Amino acid sequence: MQLDNLYQEVILDHYKNPQNKELASDNDAQVHHVNPSCGDEVTLGVKLDGEKIASINWDGVGCSISQASTSIMTDLLIGKTLTEASEISEKFLHLMQSKGSEEGDADALEDAVALAGVSKYPARIKCALLGWMAFKDASVQAHSAKEN
Amino acid sequence: MSFDPVAIRRDFPIFDRTIRDGKRLVYLDSGATSQKPQVVIDAEVDFYRLHNAAVHRGAHQLAEEATDIYEGARQSVAAFIGADIDEVIFTKSATESLNLISYAMGNAPTGNRFHLKAGDAIVVTEMEHHANLIPWQQLAARTGASLSWFEVTPEGRLDLSKIDSVITEKTKVVALTHQSNVLGTINPLEAIIARAHEVGAVIVLDACQSVPHMAVDVKDLGVDFLTFSGHKVLGPTGVGIFWGRSELLAELPPFLTGGSMIETVTMTGATWAPAPRKFEAGVPNMAQAAGLAAAVKYISNIGIENVHAHEVLLTKYLLEKMSEIEALRIVGPTNTDSRGGSISFTFGDIHPHDLGQFLDSQGIAVRTGHHCAWPLNRKMGVPATTRASLYLYNTLEDCDALIAGINDAQKYFGR
Repeated sequence: MQLDNLYQEVILDHYKNPQNKELASDNDAQVHHVNPSCGDEVTLGVKLDGEKIASINWDGVGCSISQASTSIMTDLLIGKTLTEASEISEKFLHLMQSKGSEEGDADALEDAVALAGVSKYPARIKCALLGWMAFKDASVQAHSAKEN
Repeated sequence: MSFDPVAIRRDFPIFDRTIRDGKRLVYLDSGATSQKPQVVIDAEVDFYRLHNAAVHRGAHQLAEEATDIYEGARQSVAAFIGADIDEVIFTKSATESLNLISYAMGNAPTGNRFHLKAGDAIVVTEMEHHANLIPWQQLAARTGASLSWFEVTPEGRLDLSKIDSVITEKTKVVALTHQSNVLGTINPLEAIIARAHEVGAVIVLDACQSVPHMAVDVKDLGVDFLTFSGHKVLGPTGVGIFWGRSELLAELPPFLTGGSMIETVTMTGATWAPAPRKFEAGVPNMAQAAGLAAAVKYISNIGIENVHAHEVLLTKYLLEKMSEIEALRIVGPTNTDSRGGSISFTFGDIHPHDLGQFLDSQGIAVRTGHHCAWPLNRKMGVPATTRASLYLYNTLEDCDALIAGINDAQKYFGR
């Protein structure tokens, strides 16, 4: 059924076993983002090692899409540089806005391409982006905190 | 005429279409907005097609016809809720109606009975829709008045045990919902109205979820102000009702000012026309008022008591079926005593957004999330729920489809 494009196995796996879902106490920055239309929430922290992302850790409540997307994102971006992370995030954002017309760059996005089906459901795109937007916010804050 | 939802469905053209690759539409989201019968669509179209002109002005036939339709709509709505015609005010939505009363109170000068200041109190409840909470939060912030509220019990009822300490001599206004859009709870008004009037406070009733579903007579209820939206009672979007007792409307200052609402105007000031026009600045939503009139006439022909009885039957059926599903928790009263057909629930580990998505794939439309009542969700200990809300065009078949959908969702996400 068409719904299977949305709820791929890898998404349900991440939903059941979310990665890096434990907030650290020594983050360089920590943010709290909500999806006001459905009440999903994520608290997300970032720790940097120079330009490199040493840790992304989080906690939150929400649907399988928001939780799995955040989990996949942390797996994908930890260990990358801020520049690489930003490029990957842009690719993911582009995929989400593709209205189902693209499959996504599997080399760059890895497991996150499993979320491509979300782009056909306009109401769910915000769910998929919740964690990514929180990361963007936290990484900018962490970066400027380090510079000052 | 016996009540036949299948015949009623034929009056609603939307049920001719299918959903998600040919599935029958099971519409269980009337708490968000109702579907429209053809007569409502026709009334709105006919206004534009045949009678369009600005009401209350223009020395021509079309203006006369438009005015007759608009004022006739006011009469129809007044008859539907047992009001006097000049007490019925057209707004763009129930949300605007609630902002109207709260901003109008904020405009009241010293000496006016609606004037609020530090030391005064506004009372709401924990089960309010954001539309009947935030305007009062804002009014409190603007005037220095305090905001207090009735709490909600774990069963989803208002806790009236501390009524005398919630509504006090300081209380100037008590704003509450008639029927919760989340819990389905129909609130007992008698004691609250008696206490409010004892201390000289006015009662503002949010009737968005009651007027479409049960007989509401404003005079019988004994409230002072009442609001509801047109689109939830089979009418068009873009029209709401603000009703107030005439002696109160006479003293309440206006909210929006401009054309149509004046008596005289000079370069430095103006005086107001009497209600309802005092509260209807600008060229109004005439076509939508015509549509709303068609809607309330349509319901009156069927009989609101019959609509209510049908919904009670469906609600009872659904509550019983749901109680048989393990891991399903109803958030709100679990029987039909003082309860309407809005049923919110959680289901095991399946997030409402995912359940709603699965049901959608089966052609079943429900609402998911916090239903614009975030504080209530927190109080009930649930971040979000799935809500099925019933109306006159729903059938037992719809209820069975929902139950089957919930069970299938468990299999789908449990894989």
